[in-house]
Amino acid sequence: MRSSAAAAKAPIFAALGDETRLAIVGKLAGGRARSIADLTADTPLTRQAVTKHLRVLSDAGIVRHRRAGREALWELDGRKIDEAKRFLDRIGADWDAALGRLKAFVEG
Amino acid sequence: MGSTDRIEKKTLLRAPRARVWAALTDYEQFGRWFGVKLEGAFSPGAHVRGRITSEGYEHLTMEMWVEKIEPQRLFSYRWHPYAIDPNVDYSKEPTTLVEFTLAEARDGTELTIVESGFDAIPIARRAKALEMNAGGWEVQAKRIAEHVDAQ
Repeated sequence: MRSSAAAAKAPIFAALGDETRLAIVGKLAGGRARSIADLTADTPLTRQAVTKHLRVLSDAGIVRHRRAGREALWELDGRKIDEAKRFLDRIGADWDAALGRLKAFVEG
Repeated sequence: MGSTDRIEKKTLLRAPRARVWAALTDYEQFGRWFGVKLEGAFSPGAHVRGRITSEGYEHLTMEMWVEKIEPQRLFSYRWHPYAIDPNVDYSKEPTTLVEFTLAEARDGTELTIVESGFDAIPIARRAKALEMNAGGWEVQAKRIAEHVDAQ
């Protein structure tokens, strides 16, 4: 169960294991959908390079695009919100463990 | 309500309020249950740091920025959540706020912990933290099992 879950997540982490792609995700994290031209602005990257990175992110299910007239607008995939929730679950589990130790400490 | 910004935990501690307050705000006592060897006392505005002592995390330093100390009632500080990669400089990232609130209960003291501000933590970093912790679950599961067994 653990290993298959890990295997399913591997492409996500591979996709994020690149500074340029992390930067693109960072730009999209604001919540606003952006065009490739927008994502290319103030970077030394070409349109082609950004497109390639977006494709890797898209294959991993991190971003998706929709048509807006002639342009494609890219945004973070809503499913990734689950990731944020799991992050909280994990921190919550740490608090549960810490609380357990506090309980033992004050009640002991 | 499906908030991604905060975590809230509530628990009843079967101990007097003064005892719980000391466990939270005396830096040495805090260190003993939390698992960190803090280098200085808590006071409003203080920046306190210390080595983590929990198994598997001893290479990490924890930093806390104390906000409020309202005797017997509220203790709060800011920190970098899940800052577990020693190669990452978290100092430029937003912090989360941790608040411990105490209330009188019939059989002891009710403690509420709220950690908030997660929405400001970059999503890429959250994914990274999940990846980092792939082996961390086993340690946590063991701790919880030990805790449950002890009851």
